[in-house]
Amino acid sequence: MAIPPEHLMILSLVLVAIGITGVLIRRNVIIILMSIELILNAANINFVTFSRQWNNLVGQIFGVFNITVAAAEVAVGLAIVIALFRNRETVNVDEMNLMKW
Amino acid sequence: MNLGLLVFYFFAALAVVGGLMMVTRKNAVHSAVYLVLTFIAIAAIYVLLGAEFLFAVQVLVYAGGIMVLFLFVIMLVNLEEPRRYSGGKLHLGLSTGLTLILFGMLAAVFVKDAPPAAPVAASGGEGNLQLVGALLYRNYLIPFEVVSLLLLVAMIGAIVLGRPRA
Repeated sequence: MAIPPEHLMILSLVLVAIGITGVLIRRNVIIILMSIELILNAANINFVTFSRQWNNLVGQIFGVFNITVAAAEVAVGLAIVIALFRNRETVNVDEMNLMKW
Repeated sequence: MNLGLLVFYFFAALAVVGGLMMVTRKNAVHSAVYLVLTFIAIAAIYVLLGAEFLFAVQVLVYAGGIMVLFLFVIMLVNLEEPRRYSGGKLHLGLSTGLTLILFGMLAAVFVKDAPPAAPVAASGGEGNLQLVGALLYRNYLIPFEVVSLLLLVAMIGAIVLGRPRA
């Protein structure tokens, strides 16, 4: 069972493209955060692919770190979303144009 | 075509469909559920690649923890969305076009510089979990501690930000 590395890399590339498009076109902050999660996951697929192709486990270690950073990012990001919603009653990025109010 | 490749294509298609639906759905809860589908499919691909530890972490942390957090916040903030997409037709077209250009350039590089299809070496008695654990706690102990500090800081930051204003 040998999955060609190109196919895995193209899969991660497709997921990255979907994630970038989501960040660019959606207006809901929460969907944008989810798209960022998708991008991080796609990067992880690449890490694991290279780890397997070069027979080196360091790629998987970095995958673990990647997931940790994603979890931290989501915790802080969602707290910011809650704080924004408390102040502005909206989760629409187009209406968020002030750092302070 | 062998069975492993077919299973990989199945889960890859599942991941891509989940991602597309996540970006295009109107209801944010539906988006979150489709994202769970994508994460599960990616976890299955980790198993195919022989990364059992990452599979477990993916299912526990992403599909379990992070998505519950997302669902909580979606239900906490009310979501009436008169217009789903930001900007007009021009913004939509430009975003998609630029992403496609980036996709093409990266695909060219990726296909040209792909790693060789090396045979997967048999692990000598030890499983993936033991090997990853040994590497994590021996060679990467300092980064591991730094990451734990990062999680602590993120936790404190989330509490401070989410606290009601006095």
